[in-house]
Amino acid sequence: MTGEIILTYAIAISLLVGSIFALVGAIGLLKFNDSMTRLHAPTKVGTVGIGAFLLASMLYSFTYGEGSMHELLIMAFLFVTAPISANFMAKVNIHRRACDTPPEPPRDDTWSTLNVPEEDKHMEGDSAKPSSTAG
Amino acid sequence: MNAFRWLLPHPLLTLILAVVWTLLQNEVSAGMVVFGIILGVIIPWVTSAWWPEPPKSFHLGRMITYSIMVIWDIMVANVEVAWIVLTKPNAKLKPAWIVVPLELKQPEAITILAGTITLTPGTVSADLSDEGHSLLVHVLHTDDPDAVRDDIKSRYERRLKEIFA
Repeated sequence: MTGEIILTYAIAISLLVGSIFALVGAIGLLKFNDSMTRLHAPTKVGTVGIGAFLLASMLYSFTYGEGSMHELLIMAFLFVTAPISANFMAKVNIHRRACDTPPEPPRDDTWSTLNVPEEDKHMEGDSAKPSSTAG
Repeated sequence: MNAFRWLLPHPLLTLILAVVWTLLQNEVSAGMVVFGIILGVIIPWVTSAWWPEPPKSFHLGRMITYSIMVIWDIMVANVEVAWIVLTKPNAKLKPAWIVVPLELKQPEAITILAGTITLTPGTVSADLSDEGHSLLVHVLHTDDPDAVRDDIKSRYERRLKEIFA
């Protein structure tokens, strides 16, 4: 019986920790005023926030139900996909020149996002401005 | 050995697919494990054309210790970033670009390094140079960008080199 009480407290604490981190992520998203720094708050703090929620879900299912391991899969897929979406947002920022220009790479010509293919060289300089030729 | 390679082009992928399938069922039964293994054999075999050169060696044990270390780092750094979000005014924030010269060559290793950097709060891997020799990392707040770069190289890249050594 005491085991169940301890687990109930563990579930409550996990939920609380998860909510705090989710809240901090949301505050960061609102507070930062630059597109690159804004990327940091939700993508990271979110992983631990969601991780704590999933831990609570697992503990609950093992305490009161049949037990569930789906949460491990959710966690694994989240850890694999979160960096890719963050990487794409960063690439869009670089491409639109919405952030400070990154320093040149020491051993190569340029960053792959800023690399302009040979056949598109005549359009160089247009990529920073919103395109007016569409349609 | 060749027959083994032909049947199982990516043994680890086979294992992962079987485990994921079993976890999806949410209960362990012999039939589902067998079906997971069948999927784990067929899927890598059908898709092997799109992954022609798997890494020559991969130390699973080192990868597991690496994962545990990264999970610990994520939790510690999450608290640090939460602290920065709540207490640092925007004007005092010092974001910076960091260029990490890469010694890793395998695309799989670079992908894991970039993913690790993004998952550890405070740093996002933003871009790769056109020939793949450097990684562009954005840092939320740092007083010493060089120290962050050295930390990434000594803490993560060195271990990844051992995993794929």
